[in-house]
Amino acid sequence: MTGAPEPTPVHPPGTDHFRIGVDGRHIPAEAGQTVGAAMLAAGIRSWRTTRFAAKPRGLFCGIGVCFDCLVTVNGTPSLRACLVDARPDDEVSTT
Amino acid sequence: MIHDLVVVGAGPAGLTAAVTAAGFGLRVAVLDAGSRAGGQYHRHRAGRPPAWPPLARLHTVEHLAEHRVWAVERVADGFAVHAVAGEREGTPVTVTGRRLLLATGAYDRQLPFPGWDLPGVLTAGGAQALIKGNGVAPGRRAVVAGTGPFLLPVAVALADAGVEVSAVLEASRPTPRAAALAPHSPARVVEAAGYAVALARRRIPYRTGRAVIAAHGDHTGLTSVTVARLDADWRPRPGTADELDCDTLAVGYGFTPQLELAEQLGCATTPDGFVAVDARQATDIPGLSAAGESTGIGGVHLAAAEGESAGYAIAGRTPPRALLRRRAALTRFAAGLRALYPVRPGWLSWSDPDTLVCRCEEVPRGRIEDAARLGADDVRSVKLLTRAGMGWCQGRMCAEATACVLSDVLDRPIAAPPPTRPIGVPIRLGDLAQGAS
Repeated sequence: MTGAPEPTPVHPPGTDHFRIGVDGRHIPAEAGQTVGAAMLAAGIRSWRTTRFAAKPRGLFCGIGVCFDCLVTVNGTPSLRACLVDARPDDEVSTT
Repeated sequence: MIHDLVVVGAGPAGLTAAVTAAGFGLRVAVLDAGSRAGGQYHRHRAGRPPAWPPLARLHTVEHLAEHRVWAVERVADGFAVHAVAGEREGTPVTVTGRRLLLATGAYDRQLPFPGWDLPGVLTAGGAQALIKGNGVAPGRRAVVAGTGPFLLPVAVALADAGVEVSAVLEASRPTPRAAALAPHSPARVVEAAGYAVALARRRIPYRTGRAVIAAHGDHTGLTSVTVARLDADWRPRPGTADELDCDTLAVGYGFTPQLELAEQLGCATTPDGFVAVDARQATDIPGLSAAGESTGIGGVHLAAAEGESAGYAIAGRTPPRALLRRRAALTRFAAGLRALYPVRPGWLSWSDPDTLVCRCEEVPRGRIEDAARLGADDVRSVKLLTRAGMGWCQGRMCAEATACVLSDVLDRPIAAPPPTRPIGVPIRLGDLAQGAS
């Protein structure tokens, strides 16, 4: 995973805030927010490297079509970060 | 229990159809992949539903959220719809209905260019989904590029989320003929004017006849894009290239309909590749209807009008004449609008042999051209020779572009094949096995 120019949260923080782990690092997330959105909000914009050229990938289509954003959540592999809603204490691991 | 109607897709078309039919007493189930009803247009954050009347009537139907439908089949008394429930757990579910309505929508069409695989390059729909559904802005400084009226609300949403939008680059030059559309749908023209005002107020330049022809970055992702003026065929005009710094590019060249489920049932399609329906949204298969973007790209108002017409017809009622007139006017407007934003073949000159066409299997354009020279003369043969389209997305991102590259080499029109897949969306084999046991 690599850093990015810190994006801005659109709305002020409300309730239902919690943390999730990403490769051992803790980042904030909100109820109803996807794992991918929480990662992007934390400045993480790439979290996978491709098989052949080892190129960085993160979100692309954002609606579950392209499968670029795959992550492992709590040991379950190949989940689309753009679709999986974050839950408290989720552990996300990237490759 | 068998439902009177099963709807796939809880967007503007599907949910409008569902609550309309439920209003006439039908038992309706709506399966949708999203965790909240609304589809792409009415996508919203948890606990903040927009004021869209069908959402307020969601309790009148059985809404099955996070249900990915992977197969539909005809059974004795109607249709069986097979889904996997839950993004994580993947529980197999089968829902049956006497009638079936497919409202599966569409996703952004992409044209490959150097660097389009860099993190920070997002589809226009994806950028909007991040903001609408998650309250997260994708970056600090963005360029919006592509073709079609959808670029305007995306740029406004980015700006309102605090992103500095350097420019909206519309590859077409739609203005001269746009006025001719006004009589068909004055409300839509007012809407377009509203976006023009919104862009001006936010000081976002709207430039036509221009495109992002390359994206540049480092190991962290996108850092800048090359912008050029285009000729009428979308070839860059020499000497017009310019570089813009940005960390986000939101890009989309129109939309591709999601046809997998319609293809599984073998229903007729139009010459331009959409589900063929009549004025009451019926397909050529008895009991099967379709509505929304999968029957033709027309936007939220047309999708809702189609959904409402379908709801009446499925309940055995005659849609009100005013509704059918509105639907017809919106259909004409949509056709006229689509004609203003055609994708022109010169986009192929933006890429080089190393530019990826298939993102999943990392197949560059040069390998597809080699396959064509080896004798591959359709998209399927290219897939077998190069693996383009064989990855996770099943060719959704690259099949059209692959067909265009092939056409270019062979110098004759090659169409992307219809998406015939026994499994409509990628699901884990374990989930299927669980269903069989």
